[in-house]
Amino acid sequence: MSLIAQLPVLPIIIPLVAAPLTLLLPKPRLPWVWASVVAWVTFAACAWLLATVASTGMISYHLGDWAPPLGIEYRVDLANALVLFLVSGVAALVFAFSYHSVRAEVDAAQTPLFYGAMLICLTGLLGVTITGDAFNVFVFLEISSLSTYALVAMGARRDRRALTAAFNYLVMGTIGATFFVIGIGLLYQATGTLNMADLHERLIGQDNRMVQAGFAFIVVGIGLKLAMFPLHLWLPNAYTYAPSAVSAFLAATATKVAVYVLIRFFFSVFNFDFAFIGAAFTYVLLPLGIAGMFIASLAAVFQDDVKRLLAYSSVGQIGYMLLGLSFATVEGLTASLVHVFNHALMKGALFMAVACVVLRAGSHSINAFAGLGKRMPVTTWAIILSGLSLIGVPLTVGFVSKWYLLDAAFSSGHGYSGFLIVASSLIALLYVGRLAEVMLLREPPSEGKYAFPAKEAPLAMLIPMWVLVIANIYFGIRTDLTGGIAQRAAEALMLTAGGAP
Amino acid sequence: MIAPELAIPLALGVPIAGFVAIWLLDKQPNLREAATLVTGGALLALVISVFAAVSGGARPEFTLVEVIDGLPIAFSVEPLGALFALIASGLWLVNSVYSIGYMRGGNEKHQTRFYMSFAVAISAAMGVAFAANLFTLFVFYEVLTLSTFPLVTHKGDANARHGGRVYLGVLMATSIGLLLPAIVWTFVITGTTDFALGGIMADHREAVGPIAGLLLGLYAFGVGKAALMPVHPWLPNAMVAPTPVSAFLHAVAVVKAGVFSILKIAVYIFGVDFLRDTGAATPFMWIAAGSILLASAIAMHKDNLKARLAYSTVSQLSYVTLGAMLATQMGVMGGAMQIAAHALGKITLFMCAGAIYVAHHKTQVSELRGLGRVMPFTFGAFFIGAVSIIGLPPMAGSWPKFFLMLGAADRGELIIIAALMVSSILNIVYLLSIPVQAFLKAKPGAAHDFEGAWYDGPRFDAGVEGPVKPRKPGVAEAPLACLLPIGVTAAGSLILFFFMGALYDFLTPLMGAG
Repeated sequence: MSLIAQLPVLPIIIPLVAAPLTLLLPKPRLPWVWASVVAWVTFAACAWLLATVASTGMISYHLGDWAPPLGIEYRVDLANALVLFLVSGVAALVFAFSYHSVRAEVDAAQTPLFYGAMLICLTGLLGVTITGDAFNVFVFLEISSLSTYALVAMGARRDRRALTAAFNYLVMGTIGATFFVIGIGLLYQATGTLNMADLHERLIGQDNRMVQAGFAFIVVGIGLKLAMFPLHLWLPNAYTYAPSAVSAFLAATATKVAVYVLIRFFFSVFNFDFAFIGAAFTYVLLPLGIAGMFIASLAAVFQDDVKRLLAYSSVGQIGYMLLGLSFATVEGLTASLVHVFNHALMKGALFMAVACVVLRAGSHSINAFAGLGKRMPVTTWAIILSGLSLIGVPLTVGFVSKWYLLDAAFSSGHGYSGFLIVASSLIALLYVGRLAEVMLLREPPSEGKYAFPAKEAPLAMLIPMWVLVIANIYFGIRTDLTGGIAQRAAEALMLTAGGAP
Repeated sequence: MIAPELAIPLALGVPIAGFVAIWLLDKQPNLREAATLVTGGALLALVISVFAAVSGGARPEFTLVEVIDGLPIAFSVEPLGALFALIASGLWLVNSVYSIGYMRGGNEKHQTRFYMSFAVAISAAMGVAFAANLFTLFVFYEVLTLSTFPLVTHKGDANARHGGRVYLGVLMATSIGLLLPAIVWTFVITGTTDFALGGIMADHREAVGPIAGLLLGLYAFGVGKAALMPVHPWLPNAMVAPTPVSAFLHAVAVVKAGVFSILKIAVYIFGVDFLRDTGAATPFMWIAAGSILLASAIAMHKDNLKARLAYSTVSQLSYVTLGAMLATQMGVMGGAMQIAAHALGKITLFMCAGAIYVAHHKTQVSELRGLGRVMPFTFGAFFIGAVSIIGLPPMAGSWPKFFLMLGAADRGELIIIAALMVSSILNIVYLLSIPVQAFLKAKPGAAHDFEGAWYDGPRFDAGVEGPVKPRKPGVAEAPLACLLPIGVTAAGSLILFFFMGALYDFLTPLMGAG
């Protein structure tokens, strides 16, 4: 029993087992050290997994050696290996980043709980991604969601509104999870199996009310989790009032994993013979994606709270992923996967930068950013570079995403949506430009609520943040990892779904 | 002599090295300015070596990195690009000398940031000039936009903020909203974005034919830097910037990058034959002609000197666009020559405007009456620049007009010829009137002054003991660092007139497949 044979289970086992141990460690430093080390080890396992899958192809791992479809199967192909790599990578950076930010924003007594919950959340997200069992998806989804509710609520020390935000999220998230599990139940009723690959086999040719209802429940359930417009109402408050490190972690990972689940169900559980899927693309994902791109982005322009601004921007960016998906072509799916990856890099960096500002200014109102270029230049430039990435300026990941999306739009005959994509990026230009102007061209207030001494965030925060910023540029120039793997993953997914290659 | 293949990356890298040097020398202004000048000199030498190689028939290439499959950041220099690079790097050096005089003379703030932005911008301009494909061109086009933003907003006040907002807004909106989809669309149809003589559309006539006009429109307005009306407002709004920046925008790099891109797209993406055969360019020919006249008309009643020059630029840029849209060999030739001639003429005018501001803080045309006798050199140079822009011999600006008219005649478009003539007349009115008034009209209120009065005895003034020295209209020019570059470019306008034949020969390969 070599370690390599057990590799697929490591990303789950390591953080899951490590999480409770944080509670036993003395405050304030050790829980953080422990959680960070665990996150990095998990990342190493995921990177190894990605390399293995990229060279040898899909890996199927049987948990407890119980053969599927009865036993739980972990099924790692390029699509989820890429997402695992992304989630664990961002987690490793956010964990390393979080020490000072958490000390400033979370009750000291709660720090061990905080890191424990973060690890549990990471376990859940990785579990959702890696598993090949539909019910297991639900279980991990709940693991990650429940820990997220607790994490959001921990923002209450700074702002009591975190409590209502967490409660709201809890209600909406639970409704989503319930819908999802109802959908799974209906599919189980129709097929008698929960294993995804098995479901896929048995669903071929089935097109009855039960399957249709199951499909609808699943789409709405995941739609809630991924904040598909107009099911996004929980997201802005949750991201705004959560501790900043949590916002950075969630923005970069949680919704991305949900998008992945949606892709997985569309392409690997259902198939293109199922008439409902085409309708879902044309009448649900396409219009809602476009609506999100415009309405949520426009909402972002008018926010006076930078975290809320970024949160609305996230809802808008999710619109791009849904749009790419809705083309139902290899190019569209590639664009969607690439954007999942790239958007995580941008938003991770941006929320980290906001965390730095919160640490020094004690506020994430846009007024606290006035003249930031003079007070925290290193942070300011991180925001500007990742903001340019968000707009889609060349040499950043945002541009690569836009290119793939436009390519998909024009080559799939949805040329008009190409123009909608660029039009909505111009809205991003507005909100990023507004933020940049406040930071660079305003004078810093010398007195009042938003005055604070010119001092950069500690290096322990700046370094992980800049790693992400540089990743924004690196992956904007080299797309072998993102574009290359996403394309191979998309081709494989399309093949299973039975669509035109 | 350095190998041209190596000179390409160096031409992009040297300004970046200069950027770092300027940054490090923040606290030592003299060394910092030396870094700028050394960078400019080295860059010019590199570009000249590339230019010489291209004129010998070589087409040096260099590939930096492949970003997405089939989309490398790659460079390949052909005559048009070599010409643009030579103009930009040459005038950048001149403009840098001028900047030093201007910025020190005006005691401007944030000078280090200013020179750093300039260095990035010229590197980006080199990238645009040498780009081997549309993708590379777009990348550097955007870098150019962003790196000039701090220059436009240099003053940092409310006006500068507004100007910067319009500048960035229009340029980014057009490039991301129109140019980028056009490039991707081209890529999806043809499978490439490489520049190829004769155009890449010709082989895809079936697919492109129905949308050729639409696609060309996306390009024509997407390249906002070409300031084809109605996407010109960024240019007058950018006038809030210090004058060396205006000179840079109008003559050295930014607008030139725009019209250069238009020409390049017309010749190397669509192909002149394709444009002529499909008739796709005809509507844009009329839009360009309209832009020429309309902008001139607006320029006529601008009293602010820089605003008047800005609208003059809008008008003059459309000459290049017109040359491309005529879709004839002579039109393309005229457009290419116009890039060179206008650059020399317009930079002279802007540097004169800046010299007037530095020496006398005058910004309105109506305030310049009589100033010619105080600043004879500056206004002399202004006169030369204006004559060149108007297109009168013996100034360089006369040739492009000549070739554009030939191009229009080739197509039998008499109205275009008439439009060009009317435009020249308008130019005379609004440009030549400036030095004429400065030299010939008396200073406002001069009648009450001493000179010209009938009394020539000693004069006395209340509160001053003894006779007052009669005030002579003494010469008061701007600092030498400002005047020297003005002299160079004004002389250049004259010299280029006699060497246009060499330029014609150099540009002839452009028409090879046309």
